[in-house]
Amino acid sequence: MDRLKFATVWLGGCAGCHMSFMDLDEFLIDIADHIELVYSPVIDVKEYPHGVDVCLIEGAVCNEDNLEILHKIRRRTRVLVAFGDCAITGNVPAIRNQLGLKNGESVLQRAYLEGAQSNPGIPREPGIVPALLPRVMPVQEAVHIEYYLPGCPPPADRIKAVLAQLLAGTEPRLTGAQLKFG
Amino acid sequence: MAARTFTIDGKLVTAEENATVLDAATEAGIDIPTLCHLEGVYDVGACRLCLVEVTGIGKLLPACTTRVAEGMEIKTDSERLRKYRRMTIELLFAERNHVCAVCVANSHCELQALACRLGMDHVRYDYTFPRWSVDNTHTLFGMDHNRCILCTRCVRVCWHIEGAGTKNVSGRGSHSHIISDLNQSWGSSETCTRCGKCVMGCPTGALFAKGVTVSEMERDRTKLEFIVTAREKKQWIA
Ligand code: SF4
Ligand code: SF4
Ligand code: FES
Repeated sequence: MDRLKFATVWLGGCAGCHMSFMDLDEFLIDIADHIELVYSPVIDVKEYPHGVDVCLIEGAVCNEDNLEILHKIRRRTRVLVAFGDCAITGNVPAIRNQLGLKNGESVLQRAYLEGAQSNPGIPREPGIVPALLPRVMPVQEAVHIEYYLPGCPPPADRIKAVLAQLLAGTEPRLTGAQLKFG
Repeated sequence: MAARTFTIDGKLVTAEENATVLDAATEAGIDIPTLCHLEGVYDVGACRLCLVEVTGIGKLLPACTTRVAEGMEIKTDSERLRKYRRMTIELLFAERNHVCAVCVANSHCELQALACRLGMDHVRYDYTFPRWSVDNTHTLFGMDHNRCILCTRCVRVCWHIEGAGTKNVSGRGSHSHIISDLNQSWGSSETCTRCGKCVMGCPTGALFAKGVTVSEMERDRTKLEFIVTAREKKQWIA
Protein backbone atom coordinates (compact mmCIF):
# COMPACT_ATOMS: atom_id res chain seq x y z
CA MET A 1 0.00 0.00 0.00
CA ASP A 2 1.16 3.53 -0.76
CA ARG A 3 2.10 5.50 2.26
CA LEU A 4 -0.39 8.17 3.33
CA LYS A 5 0.90 11.64 2.48
CA PHE A 6 0.46 13.27 5.86
CA ALA A 7 0.79 16.90 6.98
CA THR A 8 0.20 18.98 10.09
CA VAL A 9 -0.01 22.75 10.25
CA TRP A 10 0.14 25.26 13.07
CA LEU A 11 -2.10 28.32 12.67
CA GLY A 12 -3.25 30.51 15.61
CA GLY A 13 -2.70 28.11 18.49
CA CYS A 14 -0.22 27.53 21.29
CA ALA A 15 1.45 24.39 19.80
CA GLY A 16 -0.17 22.36 22.58
CA CYS A 17 -1.99 20.17 20.05
CA HIS A 18 1.33 19.37 18.39
CA MET A 19 2.83 18.63 21.81
CA SER A 20 -0.02 16.21 22.42
CA PHE A 21 0.75 14.67 19.01
CA MET A 22 4.29 14.03 20.28
CA ASP A 23 2.68 12.32 23.27
CA LEU A 24 1.67 9.52 20.89
CA ASP A 25 5.05 8.06 21.90
CA GLU A 26 5.62 4.60 20.40
CA PHE A 27 2.51 4.89 18.24
CA LEU A 28 4.56 7.40 16.23
CA ILE A 29 6.95 4.56 15.43
CA ASP A 30 4.03 2.28 14.55
CA ILE A 31 2.65 4.77 12.04
CA ALA A 32 6.04 5.80 10.65
CA ASP A 33 5.89 2.95 8.11
CA HIS A 34 2.41 3.89 6.97
CA ILE A 35 2.70 7.64 6.52
CA GLU A 36 5.03 10.01 4.79
CA LEU A 37 5.26 13.29 6.69
CA VAL A 38 5.33 15.89 3.90
CA TYR A 39 4.74 19.13 5.80
CA SER A 40 4.74 20.04 9.50
CA PRO A 41 6.26 22.46 12.01
CA VAL A 42 8.40 19.53 13.17
CA ILE A 43 10.13 19.07 9.78
CA ASP A 44 11.92 21.57 7.59
CA VAL A 45 9.70 21.96 4.53
CA LYS A 46 8.93 25.51 3.44
CA GLU A 47 6.22 25.06 0.82
CA TYR A 48 3.00 23.09 1.38
CA PRO A 49 3.11 20.33 -1.28
CA HIS A 50 0.42 19.17 -3.73
CA GLY A 51 -1.47 15.90 -3.44
CA VAL A 52 -1.53 15.59 0.34
CA ASP A 53 -3.88 12.92 1.71
CA VAL A 54 -4.50 14.13 5.27
CA CYS A 55 -3.68 17.35 7.11
CA LEU A 56 -4.26 18.06 10.80
CA ILE A 57 -4.88 21.76 11.35
CA GLU A 58 -4.05 23.22 14.74
CA GLY A 59 -5.15 26.73 15.65
CA ALA A 60 -7.71 29.34 14.70
CA VAL A 61 -7.56 31.60 11.66
CA CYS A 62 -6.19 34.80 13.20
CA ASN A 63 -4.21 36.63 10.52
CA GLU A 64 -3.90 36.97 6.74
CA ASP A 65 -1.13 34.43 6.64
CA ASN A 66 -3.30 31.80 8.38
CA LEU A 67 -6.11 32.41 5.92
CA GLU A 68 -3.91 32.24 2.85
CA ILE A 69 -2.17 28.99 3.81
CA LEU A 70 -5.48 27.44 4.87
CA HIS A 71 -6.93 28.06 1.41
CA LYS A 72 -3.79 26.63 -0.16
CA ILE A 73 -4.00 23.56 2.10
CA ARG A 74 -7.63 23.03 1.15
CA ARG A 75 -6.78 23.10 -2.56
CA ARG A 76 -3.92 20.65 -2.13
CA THR A 77 -5.36 18.19 0.42
CA ARG A 78 -7.93 15.43 0.27
CA VAL A 79 -8.93 15.23 3.95
CA LEU A 80 -8.73 18.05 6.47
CA VAL A 81 -8.99 17.40 10.20
CA ALA A 82 -9.66 20.36 12.50
CA PHE A 83 -7.22 19.54 15.28
CA GLY A 84 -8.07 20.91 18.75
CA ASP A 85 -10.43 23.52 20.16
CA CYS A 86 -8.76 26.61 18.65
CA ALA A 87 -9.29 25.21 15.15
CA ILE A 88 -12.87 24.11 15.89
CA THR A 89 -14.25 26.89 18.11
CA GLY A 90 -11.73 29.75 17.95
CA ASN A 91 -11.20 29.06 21.66
CA VAL A 92 -8.80 31.40 23.48
CA PRO A 93 -7.46 33.23 20.38
CA ALA A 94 -11.05 34.18 19.50
CA ILE A 95 -11.70 35.86 22.85
CA ARG A 96 -10.57 39.10 21.19
CA ASN A 97 -13.68 38.94 18.98
CA GLN A 98 -15.67 39.97 22.04
CA LEU A 99 -13.96 43.37 21.88
CA GLY A 100 -15.86 44.30 18.72
CA LEU A 101 -14.88 45.04 15.15
CA LYS A 102 -11.85 47.19 15.91
CA ASN A 103 -10.23 44.52 18.10
CA GLY A 104 -7.46 43.83 15.56
CA GLU A 105 -6.16 47.32 16.36
CA SER A 106 -7.09 47.58 20.02
CA VAL A 107 -5.31 44.40 21.13
CA LEU A 108 -2.09 45.53 19.44
CA GLN A 109 -2.43 48.93 21.06
CA ARG A 110 -2.92 47.37 24.45
CA ALA A 111 0.04 45.00 24.08
CA TYR A 112 2.59 47.14 22.23
CA LEU A 113 1.73 50.71 23.30
CA GLU A 114 -0.11 50.78 26.64
CA GLY A 115 1.70 47.70 27.97
CA ALA A 116 5.16 48.59 26.66
CA GLN A 117 7.82 49.42 29.22
CA SER A 118 10.28 50.61 26.60
CA ASN A 119 10.18 51.34 22.86
CA PRO A 120 6.40 51.48 22.40
CA GLY A 121 5.44 50.86 18.78
CA ILE A 122 3.17 48.48 16.88
CA PRO A 123 5.26 46.12 14.72
CA ARG A 124 4.46 46.66 11.06
CA GLU A 125 6.56 44.76 8.55
CA PRO A 126 4.55 44.14 5.40
CA GLY A 127 5.45 40.75 3.95
CA ILE A 128 6.97 39.59 7.26
CA VAL A 129 4.49 40.28 10.05
CA PRO A 130 1.00 39.35 8.77
CA ALA A 131 -1.90 41.69 9.57
CA LEU A 132 -4.48 40.47 12.08
CA LEU A 133 -7.91 39.66 10.68
CA PRO A 134 -10.71 41.79 12.17
CA ARG A 135 -12.36 38.59 13.42
CA VAL A 136 -10.73 35.32 14.49
CA MET A 137 -12.43 32.36 12.78
CA PRO A 138 -12.72 28.65 13.46
CA VAL A 139 -11.26 26.84 10.44
CA GLN A 140 -14.61 25.49 9.24
CA GLU A 141 -15.80 29.07 8.76
CA ALA A 142 -13.08 29.55 6.12
CA VAL A 143 -12.88 26.16 4.35
CA HIS A 144 -14.69 22.82 4.24
CA ILE A 145 -13.47 20.43 6.94
CA GLU A 146 -13.91 16.66 6.80
CA TYR A 147 -13.36 15.66 10.44
CA TYR A 148 -13.16 17.23 13.89
CA LEU A 149 -10.80 16.25 16.71
CA PRO A 150 -11.72 18.36 19.76
CA GLY A 151 -9.81 18.93 22.99
CA CYS A 152 -7.53 21.57 24.45
CA PRO A 153 -5.30 19.84 23.65
CA PRO A 154 -6.83 16.62 22.33
CA PRO A 155 -5.35 13.86 24.53
CA ALA A 156 -2.95 11.50 22.73
CA ASP A 157 -5.36 8.53 22.87
CA ARG A 158 -7.98 10.61 21.08
CA ILE A 159 -5.51 11.56 18.34
CA LYS A 160 -4.53 7.91 18.12
CA ALA A 161 -8.16 6.84 17.72
CA VAL A 162 -8.63 9.20 14.78
CA LEU A 163 -5.31 8.37 13.10
CA ALA A 164 -5.87 4.63 13.47
CA GLN A 165 -9.27 4.93 11.79
CA LEU A 166 -7.89 7.12 9.01
CA LEU A 167 -5.05 4.67 8.37
CA ALA A 168 -7.50 1.79 8.34
CA GLY A 169 -9.44 3.66 5.68
CA THR A 170 -12.58 4.04 7.78
CA GLU A 171 -14.49 7.21 8.63
CA PRO A 172 -13.06 8.52 11.91
CA ARG A 173 -15.82 8.66 14.47
CA LEU A 174 -15.46 9.93 18.02
CA THR A 175 -18.25 9.54 20.56
CA GLY A 176 -19.09 10.43 24.16
CA ALA A 177 -16.21 11.61 26.34
CA GLN A 178 -13.89 11.53 23.29
CA LEU A 179 -15.76 14.63 22.08
CA LYS A 180 -15.10 16.76 25.16
CA PHE A 181 -14.01 20.31 24.43
CA GLY A 182 -11.67 22.00 26.87
CA MET B 1 -54.89 9.82 42.64
CA ALA B 2 -55.85 8.37 39.27
CA ALA B 3 -53.28 6.54 37.22
CA ARG B 4 -52.58 6.95 33.51
CA THR B 5 -51.30 4.23 31.22
CA PHE B 6 -49.38 5.10 28.04
CA THR B 7 -46.24 4.04 26.16
CA ILE B 8 -42.73 5.50 26.05
CA ASP B 9 -40.57 4.14 23.24
CA GLY B 10 -42.99 1.25 22.94
CA LYS B 11 -42.76 0.36 26.62
CA LEU B 12 -46.01 0.26 28.60
CA VAL B 13 -45.77 2.74 31.48
CA THR B 14 -48.14 3.78 34.26
CA ALA B 15 -47.86 7.05 36.17
CA GLU B 16 -49.99 9.34 38.32
CA GLU B 17 -52.25 11.66 36.34
CA ASN B 18 -50.32 14.85 37.10
CA ALA B 19 -46.89 13.36 36.36
CA THR B 20 -44.86 14.91 33.57
CA VAL B 21 -43.56 12.88 30.67
CA LEU B 22 -40.08 13.45 32.09
CA ASP B 23 -41.07 12.10 35.53
CA ALA B 24 -42.64 9.04 33.95
CA ALA B 25 -39.65 8.39 31.69
CA THR B 26 -37.18 8.75 34.56
CA GLU B 27 -39.27 6.39 36.64
CA ALA B 28 -39.24 3.88 33.76
CA GLY B 29 -35.46 4.14 33.45
CA ILE B 30 -35.56 6.06 30.16
CA ASP B 31 -33.04 8.90 30.14
CA ILE B 32 -34.22 12.02 28.31
CA PRO B 33 -31.58 14.78 27.92
CA THR B 34 -32.40 17.89 30.00
CA LEU B 35 -30.67 21.13 30.92
CA CYS B 36 -33.09 23.56 32.54
CA HIS B 37 -34.80 20.86 34.61
CA LEU B 38 -33.59 20.70 38.21
CA GLU B 39 -34.99 18.29 40.79
CA GLY B 40 -36.85 20.21 43.48
CA VAL B 41 -37.99 23.29 41.57
CA TYR B 42 -40.87 23.61 39.11
CA ASP B 43 -40.17 23.25 35.37
CA VAL B 44 -40.34 26.06 32.83
CA GLY B 45 -39.42 24.38 29.53
CA ALA B 46 -36.66 26.87 28.78
CA CYS B 47 -33.95 24.82 27.09
CA ARG B 48 -35.99 22.59 24.71
CA LEU B 49 -33.49 19.75 25.00
CA CYS B 50 -36.06 17.36 26.45
CA LEU B 51 -38.34 17.58 23.38
CA VAL B 52 -40.19 14.35 22.59
CA GLU B 53 -42.56 13.17 19.86
CA VAL B 54 -46.16 12.36 20.73
CA THR B 55 -48.20 10.46 18.15
CA GLY B 56 -50.97 12.61 16.69
CA ILE B 57 -49.34 15.91 17.66
CA GLY B 58 -47.36 17.57 14.90
CA LYS B 59 -45.06 19.68 17.02
CA LEU B 60 -42.47 18.43 19.44
CA LEU B 61 -43.31 18.75 23.14
CA PRO B 62 -40.98 19.41 26.10
CA ALA B 63 -41.07 16.33 28.34
CA CYS B 64 -40.51 18.40 31.48
CA THR B 65 -43.70 20.47 31.15
CA THR B 66 -46.02 18.03 29.35
CA ARG B 67 -48.41 16.02 31.52
CA VAL B 68 -48.98 12.37 30.73
CA ALA B 69 -52.37 11.33 29.32
CA GLU B 70 -54.18 8.03 28.87
CA GLY B 71 -53.07 6.18 25.76
CA MET B 72 -50.34 8.67 24.86
CA GLU B 73 -47.62 7.26 22.57
CA ILE B 74 -44.34 8.99 23.36
CA LYS B 75 -41.06 8.70 21.46
CA THR B 76 -37.91 9.97 23.16
CA ASP B 77 -35.45 9.11 20.42
CA SER B 78 -35.67 9.49 16.64
CA GLU B 79 -33.76 10.97 13.72
CA ARG B 80 -35.90 14.11 14.00
CA LEU B 81 -35.35 14.52 17.75
CA ARG B 82 -31.61 13.97 17.43
CA LYS B 83 -31.51 16.64 14.72
CA TYR B 84 -33.32 19.24 16.83
CA ARG B 85 -31.39 18.47 20.01
CA ARG B 86 -28.12 18.83 18.14
CA MET B 87 -29.27 22.16 16.68
CA THR B 88 -30.39 23.41 20.07
CA ILE B 89 -27.15 22.58 21.83
CA GLU B 90 -25.06 24.11 19.05
CA LEU B 91 -27.10 27.30 19.24
CA LEU B 92 -26.48 27.47 23.00
CA PHE B 93 -22.73 27.34 22.32
CA ALA B 94 -22.95 29.94 19.54
CA GLU B 95 -25.01 32.35 21.62
CA ARG B 96 -22.48 33.15 24.37
CA ASN B 97 -18.75 32.66 24.92
CA HIS B 98 -18.24 29.11 26.16
CA VAL B 99 -14.47 28.76 26.22
CA CYS B 100 -14.30 25.34 27.92
CA ALA B 101 -10.49 25.31 28.07
CA VAL B 102 -10.44 28.24 30.50
CA CYS B 103 -13.76 27.71 32.25
CA VAL B 104 -14.14 27.11 35.98
CA ALA B 105 -16.66 24.35 35.24
CA ASN B 106 -14.57 22.46 32.65
CA SER B 107 -15.11 18.70 33.17
CA HIS B 108 -17.94 19.37 35.65
CA CYS B 109 -20.33 21.11 33.29
CA GLU B 110 -23.76 19.84 32.29
CA LEU B 111 -23.70 21.75 29.00
CA GLN B 112 -20.34 20.26 28.04
CA ALA B 113 -21.41 16.75 29.09
CA LEU B 114 -24.63 17.00 27.10
CA ALA B 115 -22.73 18.18 24.01
CA CYS B 116 -20.65 14.98 24.28
CA ARG B 117 -23.73 12.85 24.70
CA LEU B 118 -25.42 14.43 21.68
CA GLY B 119 -22.31 13.88 19.54
CA MET B 120 -21.47 17.56 18.97
CA ASP B 121 -18.03 17.58 17.31
CA HIS B 122 -18.34 21.19 16.11
CA VAL B 123 -20.85 24.03 15.94
CA ARG B 124 -22.29 24.61 12.47
CA TYR B 125 -23.47 28.14 13.22
CA ASP B 126 -21.26 31.21 13.34
CA TYR B 127 -20.33 32.05 16.92
CA THR B 128 -21.76 35.43 17.91
CA PHE B 129 -18.92 36.38 20.29
CA PRO B 130 -21.14 38.77 22.29
CA ARG B 131 -19.68 41.07 24.89
CA TRP B 132 -20.81 40.14 28.41
CA SER B 133 -19.34 40.96 31.78
CA VAL B 134 -18.35 39.11 34.92
CA ASP B 135 -19.90 40.30 38.20
CA ASN B 136 -17.34 39.75 40.91
CA THR B 137 -18.82 42.16 43.46
CA HIS B 138 -20.28 39.53 45.80
CA THR B 139 -18.02 38.52 48.68
CA LEU B 140 -18.49 34.78 48.16
CA PHE B 141 -19.63 34.16 44.59
CA GLY B 142 -19.17 35.36 41.02
CA MET B 143 -21.38 35.45 37.94
CA ASP B 144 -19.91 35.10 34.45
CA HIS B 145 -22.59 36.03 31.92
CA ASN B 146 -20.42 34.60 29.13
CA ARG B 147 -21.28 31.08 30.30
CA CYS B 148 -24.98 31.56 31.09
CA ILE B 149 -27.50 29.53 29.07
CA LEU B 150 -30.52 31.27 30.63
CA CYS B 151 -31.92 28.05 32.03
CA THR B 152 -33.24 30.12 34.99
CA ARG B 153 -32.41 27.40 37.49
CA CYS B 154 -30.76 30.06 39.69
CA VAL B 155 -33.88 32.22 39.59
CA ARG B 156 -36.18 29.35 40.54
CA VAL B 157 -33.86 28.10 43.26
CA CYS B 158 -33.44 31.59 44.73
CA TRP B 159 -37.19 32.26 44.79
CA HIS B 160 -38.60 28.88 45.60
CA ILE B 161 -36.06 27.09 47.73
CA GLU B 162 -34.31 29.96 49.46
CA GLY B 163 -37.25 32.36 49.22
CA ALA B 164 -34.95 35.35 48.79
CA GLY B 165 -36.03 36.47 45.32
CA THR B 166 -32.70 38.04 44.43
CA LYS B 167 -32.22 36.55 40.97
CA ASN B 168 -34.35 37.57 38.02
CA VAL B 169 -34.27 37.72 34.23
CA SER B 170 -34.06 41.06 32.47
CA GLY B 171 -34.16 42.01 28.78
CA ARG B 172 -35.57 40.23 25.76
CA GLY B 173 -34.23 37.83 23.13
CA SER B 174 -30.46 37.77 22.90
CA HIS B 175 -30.33 40.66 25.38
CA SER B 176 -31.90 38.55 28.13
CA HIS B 177 -29.68 38.13 31.13
CA ILE B 178 -29.74 37.23 34.79
CA ILE B 179 -29.85 40.16 37.21
CA SER B 180 -29.73 40.63 40.97
CA ASP B 181 -32.48 42.66 42.64
CA LEU B 182 -33.22 45.81 40.60
CA ASN B 183 -30.49 45.15 38.02
CA GLN B 184 -27.64 46.11 40.33
CA SER B 185 -24.33 44.51 41.21
CA TRP B 186 -24.76 41.23 43.09
CA GLY B 187 -22.58 42.53 45.91
CA SER B 188 -24.93 45.45 46.53
CA SER B 189 -28.04 43.25 46.69
CA GLU B 190 -29.98 43.66 49.92
CA THR B 191 -32.04 40.51 49.51
CA CYS B 192 -29.27 37.98 48.86
CA THR B 193 -28.78 35.83 51.97
CA ARG B 194 -25.44 34.48 50.65
CA CYS B 195 -26.82 30.95 50.84
CA GLY B 196 -25.13 29.84 47.60
CA LYS B 197 -28.08 27.79 46.38
CA CYS B 198 -28.03 29.44 42.96
CA VAL B 199 -24.38 28.44 42.62
CA MET B 200 -25.25 24.85 43.55
CA GLY B 201 -27.99 24.73 40.94
CA CYS B 202 -26.19 26.27 37.96
CA PRO B 203 -25.40 23.74 35.22
CA THR B 204 -22.49 25.68 33.67
CA GLY B 205 -19.60 27.88 34.75
CA ALA B 206 -21.84 30.96 34.95
CA LEU B 207 -22.15 30.91 38.74
CA PHE B 208 -19.12 29.99 40.77
CA ALA B 209 -17.61 30.17 44.22
CA LYS B 210 -14.84 32.74 44.44
CA GLY B 211 -11.34 31.34 44.55
CA VAL B 212 -11.87 28.49 42.09
CA THR B 213 -9.95 28.42 38.85
CA VAL B 214 -10.13 26.34 35.64
CA SER B 215 -11.92 22.99 36.14
CA GLU B 216 -12.24 23.46 39.89
CA MET B 217 -15.93 24.34 40.17
CA GLU B 218 -17.61 21.16 41.34
CA ARG B 219 -21.14 21.50 42.63
CA ASP B 220 -22.63 19.96 45.68
CA ARG B 221 -26.36 19.48 45.14
CA THR B 222 -26.91 17.50 48.34
CA LYS B 223 -27.94 20.62 50.27
CA LEU B 224 -30.61 21.42 47.71
CA GLU B 225 -31.84 17.83 47.80
CA PHE B 226 -31.88 17.90 51.59
CA ILE B 227 -34.13 20.95 51.72
CA VAL B 228 -36.42 19.70 48.98
CA THR B 229 -36.86 16.32 50.68
CA ALA B 230 -37.54 18.05 53.98
CA ARG B 231 -40.16 20.25 52.38
CA GLU B 232 -41.90 17.68 50.23
CA LYS B 233 -41.69 14.60 52.42
CA LYS B 234 -41.30 16.23 55.83
CA GLN B 235 -38.21 14.11 56.32
CA TRP B 236 -34.96 15.60 57.57
CA ILE B 237 -32.53 13.13 56.04
CA ALA B 238 -28.97 14.30 55.78
S1 SF4 C 1 -26.85 33.21 47.27
FE1 SF4 C 1 -28.94 32.47 47.84
S2 SF4 C 1 -30.10 34.36 48.19
FE2 SF4 C 1 -28.20 35.00 47.11
S3 SF4 C 1 -28.80 35.05 44.95
FE3 SF4 C 1 -27.98 32.96 45.33
S4 SF4 C 1 -29.83 31.71 45.89
FE4 SF4 C 1 -30.42 33.87 46.02
S1 SF4 D 1 -26.55 31.65 35.82
FE1 SF4 D 1 -26.48 29.40 35.64
S2 SF4 D 1 -28.41 28.72 36.62
FE2 SF4 D 1 -28.65 30.90 36.19
S3 SF4 D 1 -29.67 30.97 34.17
FE3 SF4 D 1 -27.45 31.13 33.82
S4 SF4 D 1 -26.79 29.03 33.41
FE4 SF4 D 1 -28.82 28.90 34.40
S1 FES E 1 -35.44 20.25 30.48
FE1 FES E 1 -37.34 20.45 29.46
S2 FES E 1 -37.14 22.28 28.32
FE2 FES E 1 -35.26 22.19 29.49
